Amino acid sequence: MSSLQVSVYRYNPETDSAPYMQEFQIDTQGRDLMVLNVLTMIKDQDSSLAFRRSCREGVCGSDGMNMNGKNGLACITALSEVVKDNKLVLRPLPGLPVMRDLVVDMGLFYKQYERMQPYLQNDTAAPAIERLQSPEERDKLDGLYECILCACCSTSCPSFWWNPDKFVGPAGLLQAYRFLADSRDNATQARLAELEDPFSLFRCRGIMNCVSVCPKGLNPTRAIGKIREMLLSNAT
Amino acid sequence: MVTNITNLGRSGLSDWLIQRVSALVLAVYALFLVAYLLFHPNLDYVTWSGLFAQTWMRIFSLLAFISMAAHAWVGLWTISTDYLKHTGARFGFQAVVILAIFVFLVWGVQVLWGA
Ligand code: SF4
Ligand code: SF4
Ligand code: FES
Repeated sequence: MSSLQVSVYRYNPETDSAPYMQEFQIDTQGRDLMVLNVLTMIKDQDSSLAFRRSCREGVCGSDGMNMNGKNGLACITALSEVVKDNKLVLRPLPGLPVMRDLVVDMGLFYKQYERMQPYLQNDTAAPAIERLQSPEERDKLDGLYECILCACCSTSCPSFWWNPDKFVGPAGLLQAYRFLADSRDNATQARLAELEDPFSLFRCRGIMNCVSVCPKGLNPTRAIGKIREMLLSNAT
Repeated sequence: MVTNITNLGRSGLSDWLIQRVSALVLAVYALFLVAYLLFHPNLDYVTWSGLFAQTWMRIFSLLAFISMAAHAWVGLWTISTDYLKHTGARFGFQAVVILAIFVFLVWGVQVLWGA
């Protein structure tokens, strides 16, 4: 029998007094499906289940969730990567308020992102055509710009769980460095000043949960280290 | 910018630097003491108090005590802002920690220069 036992976190604040786990039996017919396929099959059984998804190919970042204890994108996570003893436990991303079932309120996450002013700032006169960048300068943005804001990293970070209103979190800090490292941006001092307090950046304890879950293989811890170096050389 | 008045330096950068430097001082001090004990297997009171009678050892010890005080404060302040969400409890905890660190520091100075 190729029946998979799936346990899904359910919570509808309008009707449930508390969250609970609901069990489903899913016949995968022996195929190594993606977790998102399984969710779609569950939705056929119970259409009241709420979850986000869009691109189903790891590009939009909507279906970040906790699968057997690890955050990831359901659409590009194969059952063979996460299922143990034929069991799959699906929960919403940890640490953010649950709106319904697997759908979380990403407000705090976006607020921290917004605080990093994730857009190019340059107060020198605009050139006639465009601000040029050498291939070497452009290379510095590799491993930074690819972030899809899925929040898998920040919601696996204990420092973000404890202080989501003050600690920017790995995703926001990766984007902060993306603009600090950009040769066309000259708001460096203002960006660094925003990160010097004891919480915004320095709450990072370097445990690298963020690195271990990022579905795009990015390394926020390294970016955080680079910003810390910039702050240090700025101040000493 | 996130502000917080109970953090002494008010800068995450200086806290971070204090933690690194104080950890280094404490590591050197601990290694020195272990090495000293290894080289003096039959250590008696006279030799031991003779070591602490020397000015350089007193300065070195005071440096270690101050490092310990700073390290403990930054570390415990951080822990309290992570885990104690109730403002009164957090403030109470920080007050107790500050008082304890102050008492130990003064007591340490007294031990070093009193004997
Ligand atoms: S390395 Fe820093 S940002 Fe990444 S999970 Fe750990 S504490 Fe969070
Ligand atoms: S750094 Fe990775 S895990 Fe974090 S939001 Fe970006 S893509 Fe997602
Ligand atoms: S559905 Fe778009 S990333 Fe998974």
